Amino acid sequence: MTRKQLSQYIAFSSFTIISLVVVGILFVILGFIIVRGASVISWEFITGMPEEGMTKGGILPAIVGTGCLILGSMIFAFPVGVLSGIYMNEYLSDNWFRRFIDFMTNNLAGVPSIVFGLFGMALFVNYLGFGDSIIAGSMTLGLLTLPVIIRTTEEALKSVDDSLRTGSLALGATKLQTIRKVVLPVAFPNIITGLILSIGRVSGETAPILFTVAAYFLPNLPHSIYDQVMALPYHLYVLATSGTNMEESRPMAYGTAFVLIVIVLLMNLLANFLRKALGKRVKM
Amino acid sequence: MKRFRRLFEKFIEGILLSSSTITSLTVILIVLFLFREGLGIFNRSPLEHNFIIAVSKQNPVQDLSSDQLKAIFNQDITNWSQVGGKNDSIILFTVNDITNYFTEEELGASLEYLPQKLNEFIVSHPGALMHISDKNLPSDFQGHTIHVKNISVKDFLFGKQWYPTSEPIPSFGIWPMIIGTFLVTLGALLIALPLGLATALFLAEVADIRLRNIVKPLVELLAGIPSVVYGFFGLIVIVPMVQSTFKLDVGETVLAGSLVLGIMALPTIVTIAEDALRTTPRSLKEASLALGATRWQTLRRVTIPYAKSGISAAIILGIGRAIGETMAVLMVTGNASNVPHSFLVPARTLPATIAAELGEAPYGGLHFKALFALGIVLFLFTIMINLTVAYVRNKERK
Repeated sequence: MTRKQLSQYIAFSSFTIISLVVVGILFVILGFIIVRGASVISWEFITGMPEEGMTKGGILPAIVGTGCLILGSMIFAFPVGVLSGIYMNEYLSDNWFRRFIDFMTNNLAGVPSIVFGLFGMALFVNYLGFGDSIIAGSMTLGLLTLPVIIRTTEEALKSVDDSLRTGSLALGATKLQTIRKVVLPVAFPNIITGLILSIGRVSGETAPILFTVAAYFLPNLPHSIYDQVMALPYHLYVLATSGTNMEESRPMAYGTAFVLIVIVLLMNLLANFLRKALGKRVKM
Repeated sequence: MKRFRRLFEKFIEGILLSSSTITSLTVILIVLFLFREGLGIFNRSPLEHNFIIAVSKQNPVQDLSSDQLKAIFNQDITNWSQVGGKNDSIILFTVNDITNYFTEEELGASLEYLPQKLNEFIVSHPGALMHISDKNLPSDFQGHTIHVKNISVKDFLFGKQWYPTSEPIPSFGIWPMIIGTFLVTLGALLIALPLGLATALFLAEVADIRLRNIVKPLVELLAGIPSVVYGFFGLIVIVPMVQSTFKLDVGETVLAGSLVLGIMALPTIVTIAEDALRTTPRSLKEASLALGATRWQTLRRVTIPYAKSGISAAIILGIGRAIGETMAVLMVTGNASNVPHSFLVPARTLPATIAAELGEAPYGGLHFKALFALGIVLFLFTIMINLTVAYVRNKERK
């Protein structure tokens, strides 16, 4: 082996080894949570209320709360994000306005989640007077995830072949008809994938809900959008750091982390599955 | 019918346009609300609302800085001559001390004689420094109020003490958190950069398509794990590990934060750097290979230089992710409010401070405003990062 080949061999092997380490880290984290958490999971854990200072019982209110927040944020962010993505990709040419919106969207994507929390508290909780409520938390989470949905919509639209658009326009369809009947159906699987992945992200966010909706403990399920709720990520934070009896609530913490991880994994699997299944249908 | 159609299309286009402005609007609103709440800390005295500092009329001292006041209340300064007054010892007085000087009968059942007694006190104690509510002040007050200097931006950014709730004078210096954030981020980068770039190189150049299709989704999965789960993992596994490895009293340290953050920044760096490496035109690489260069030489001399700006963008965005990360850091760095001097001591970061304290800060108070001011600092950091990324990318396009 020449020196050239030797140095390539050393470099490429170390890249391979390091990548394996990175993947290994992932498996250690997932494995740790899954192994410790799985033994806690039971029907009672999923459907029961927390009991005895959150050392026993279940996490139903947190699951329901996170469900409400996912639903609320998506009702707001999905339409707005998709419409915005369509406008940016289909209508705007590369002018200053487009670059400005691009820059602002990137900025929004880079804003730390705790700043979203501050903002949500100032605008929705105090200024608009929603108080700590599902609606305040959902709006905050919705704004946080908006850039992700816009970007995936744009990417999905970009991957649609231009010949389809020109073909449709040449047949006399209007721009809107072309988008609705030709472009969107082709881009649809990828847009949905983006939606599902952002659900995974929303379900795990803690900082934005700390001061807009999350409750330490609630004995009831929410009745209206102006109620506070418990949420899975905040519940895990509470159990891990400030529970009344940390040693005894540890199994509950493992279980909550497990449920969070399972949601993320399921969303990833579902996204991949849909991308493949719907992708085939469109290709025909 | 055709006209209706056209109108309808215009209408839809309008809806689309207004949706696309929402992100910009949100950024503007974020700026507006952060500054509305946060700037309030700067143009007022550090005393809580309604409270004043008063001295006897004969006392020549007119204004004091909050550092001087703190020193007086900590009894580090005990004589007026130390702050530019006469040679007279300082008698500290707050409303709670009133019963040391007057009986309850003298004050009245519902403290109706309190203002009058305050007058008597200030006249009989020329060296007194009173910290009282202006509601209790008599209309014919026999002393004068001291002007307490406002909190300056410099004090806020470079002040080394953060005691937001200490009475009577809170301290709002965020230097410990700036250094804490910097150290934790630096450590995270030292961990994430080599690992992340190597993985990106592996995915882009070494791995065959089959292996890549396994590794890449796994790395992306790493990005999907909620930060609070990382924090929990850090708390249970990494913190005790750090503690026993370095034989420390507490494992909640900068290092633990860096380790957790480093893992969390990996996916950002890997994904963006790999995308950048893939933009290198095939023709360039093949030309290099055709000239007899090995793949490694091609990678070093052609692919990496070509993708340089994209890789820089990946690194900067990784930094941005690390600076803003809240929950995981909050759970593993121990949140000590001292300026950290090494990787093995507890520290706190800007976002963690907001998350830990906003819940307890009374709405509209100084502490509340100070936390929003922290938010401004954090926001400015991220804007700076985004501007840098935009600049780097712009250069790449040219």
